Amino acid sequence: MNAIRNQFSSLHDLREKAPLFLALLFGITIFASACNLWVPEDSMFYVSTYTITLLGKYLCYALLALAVDVVWGYCGILSLGHGAFFALGGYTMGMYLMRQIGDRGVYGDPILPDFMVFLNWQELPWFWYGFDHFWVAMLAMILVPGLLAFIFGWLAFRSRVAGVYLSIMTQALTYALMLAFFRNEMGFGGNNGLTDFKDILGFSLQSDSVRVVLFLCSALVLALAYCCSLLIMSSRFGRVIVGIRDAEDRARFIGFKTENYKVWLFVYSAVLAAIAGALYVPQVGIINPGEFSPLNSIEVVVWVAVGGRGTLYGAIAGALLVNYAKTRFTAVFPEAWLFALGALFVSVTIFLPKGLMGLFKGRKLFSGVGLPWLKGRNKGEETR
Amino acid sequence: MFSLASHATDMTDSDLRQLSQQLVGAKLKTLPSIVDQFEAGGDKVIPLLDAMLNGRLFVRKSDKLIVIGERQQAGDYTLVDALSAESMASSSKKQLKKVKVNNRIRVQLRDVISRITLYSKNRDIRKSAVKNMLNKMSDRNIAMLTQAKEVETDADIMALIQLALAINTLKTSNVQADRLVALETMDGSLEPLVFNTLSDLLAQDDAGNNHELDELVLTKALKVKDSIQQKIKFYEVIEQLFFGLSLGSVLLLIATGLAITFGVMGVINMAHGELIMIGAYTAYVVQLLMPNFIEYSLLVAIPMAFFIAGAVGILIERCVIRFLHGRPLETLLATFGISLILQQTVRSIFSPLNRQVASPSWMSGSLDLNPIFSLTYNRLYILLFALLVFFILQLILKRTSLGLNVRAVSQNRSMAKAMGIRTEWVDAMTFGLGSGIAGIAGVALSQLTNVGPNLGQAYIIDSFMVVVFGGVGNLWGTLVGGFSLGIFNKFLEPLTGAVLANIIILVSIILFIQKRPRGLFPQKGRAAG
Repeated sequence: MNAIRNQFSSLHDLREKAPLFLALLFGITIFASACNLWVPEDSMFYVSTYTITLLGKYLCYALLALAVDVVWGYCGILSLGHGAFFALGGYTMGMYLMRQIGDRGVYGDPILPDFMVFLNWQELPWFWYGFDHFWVAMLAMILVPGLLAFIFGWLAFRSRVAGVYLSIMTQALTYALMLAFFRNEMGFGGNNGLTDFKDILGFSLQSDSVRVVLFLCSALVLALAYCCSLLIMSSRFGRVIVGIRDAEDRARFIGFKTENYKVWLFVYSAVLAAIAGALYVPQVGIINPGEFSPLNSIEVVVWVAVGGRGTLYGAIAGALLVNYAKTRFTAVFPEAWLFALGALFVSVTIFLPKGLMGLFKGRKLFSGVGLPWLKGRNKGEETR
Repeated sequence: MFSLASHATDMTDSDLRQLSQQLVGAKLKTLPSIVDQFEAGGDKVIPLLDAMLNGRLFVRKSDKLIVIGERQQAGDYTLVDALSAESMASSSKKQLKKVKVNNRIRVQLRDVISRITLYSKNRDIRKSAVKNMLNKMSDRNIAMLTQAKEVETDADIMALIQLALAINTLKTSNVQADRLVALETMDGSLEPLVFNTLSDLLAQDDAGNNHELDELVLTKALKVKDSIQQKIKFYEVIEQLFFGLSLGSVLLLIATGLAITFGVMGVINMAHGELIMIGAYTAYVVQLLMPNFIEYSLLVAIPMAFFIAGAVGILIERCVIRFLHGRPLETLLATFGISLILQQTVRSIFSPLNRQVASPSWMSGSLDLNPIFSLTYNRLYILLFALLVFFILQLILKRTSLGLNVRAVSQNRSMAKAMGIRTEWVDAMTFGLGSGIAGIAGVALSQLTNVGPNLGQAYIIDSFMVVVFGGVGNLWGTLVGGFSLGIFNKFLEPLTGAVLANIIILVSIILFIQKRPRGLFPQKGRAAG
């Protein structure tokens, strides 16, 4: 009983934290945007457009980390394939942006994107139809990854593939998609992917104000996703999800169809990842099959682990922190980044199973909560 | 061979030397008679005649010695003695004088070379001579083959000669009976030339009329061609099967180590690929350390790779994995971190470029079973090696006390501990064993692909697929899984292309796991835990 009350109180605690989180997020984004648009360039408060784009990129990563945290932190499903949903979302946005280029491409073909002209294709493949409309692209962005997640999740959870097996399966999924998208015959630009975008909804992607708007959009979507996830997790659905994480068999015996809960959570998470991808592509200006690489997906997991899983804001903080470190590291010692990342993986799993948030929060938030991965550790603490 | 009088007298080296020196300053008029005399020299003079034919035979001005020169990029010529093939100091063009030949002499040279090789005492030289003629069927060659047929004793070569003559008869003869007999001889031969000849014979013009008018010959040829075609198809399937087995052996090798760490110990080791890479780099380094013993370097590299990769594995187990016992997802993440560190370490030490590990001569080349089907030695050896490693591992697990302990710990850890087994020690040893086998797999892979820091990443997903497909905790499952995935892949490849075949396999394994979550051969009973 104590454990359950603690769980509720922690959720309650989180709900109280939401306004603080939102205020922090919007405060910084609006300040940065204002500093970019209205502060003269020689001022010390000026924020360059490069920085704005970089921050926008971090926010997309934060959204992706949030998506992973929803399934991993709350349901114990370690997905090593969320990069696939991210990239699929990115590709749908990329296809829309590609069609917006129109006849301004290198070859000047009004219909076909450059790479298709290059490959000597005569007409647009059927799956490219409709992508000149923004709403079609947005619909595809939600439907394609959602459907993939649904089919994959339905197959996997129904036959009770769980734990490590599921992780390896998700990794194989993203690996297979990477191989597929590397093929020129797929019609997604092969190795080079989609790039050279010109404008979005009629506004030039190169202009500072569009970049700032995209950055603000990312912040807005992140805030929405955060609140939405918070609501879901504190609802009855969320409580069942946490129950499944801690004792799936027990939840099943009580009468919950656990696989349904897991599938819908997985789909929700995949759609979040896809939205992150769609926001990411116009800001960085390219999407290629490298985004599907298993390393990318597993990096996301480490962001969440660093921040602290099962808290939502921990995942966001972790994503921002690790990516900032990555930007600095790769600029100063490019060689050392993989060492640092590897060491991060090892040290976080051994020394910080609750992540940085767990470190700051102390034991109050989690003690007594029956997290399976904390059991051994709690025991160890008791005996110590 | 000795029946032909003209070839019976073998010349001594000094005779040959004397003869070759006659070329110095020889006039074009006198050359034919000299060339004719060379025929008695046998195999020894072939390089000289060959060089003469290709204009690479020179007289060194300083000592009037006949040499073979090979032009280097710098413009100088590297020289070897025309008869003894000893290397000599290289020399500039000015110090050399080419032995000039004209077309008439070239024809004569070709004849002499053919005759020498056709009557050579070395069976392989004779065989390749006949094969060469088979591809260049001139009247002169046919006449020579007809002569050679009289004295040939080797059955294989005899068959080849007969085949060549039969093809000639079919093409040129007007006698129906002879041509039918020729077709009979050609039946079942897998020489590409036979198939081409038959295709030509059966060709039709645009109006659909046969070029060949003799009905009887035509139907017979059609039958022979069909039977040959069937045979070719059969060997194509066999070849694909071999490629499949070869790929399967690679999969087996890389997955065997994982079957130990993942299957028996239940530890997800994402750094498994990097342990393979360490093995491959060990092969590379061993080769650098003993450049004069390439033939034996692999034999040294195998135990070295086993111990180095095994030591790295034990280090990983002692420093990281044992703290994460019973937390598989965390183990996965931590070992992934280790894999990144190992990759970057190798990249920093050896540079990110791919390195090549030379193959020893006994592993290069191929075993030619017939003209269209051959097994390359490196794939054949790796196949055998994979099976050997697998069975040795089975022996270790089934017949040694370490194996007994490993099985005991994997089945019931606390009971094993209660019985006095040092589970910690067994864990370390098991992990070391699995890692060592990964290292050995790396040595084998170094013979098939280039060695680079990303070598391991390319194989990690495949090896997990094999283990999961075969059934975790079951080594035989890994064997069956590896070979069936390899064969499936190779039979799919011609239909879909390599990349799509790979994707189809991955997707079908994902679907298969939904159907049978515990793989092909699930563990049963208490051990399944």
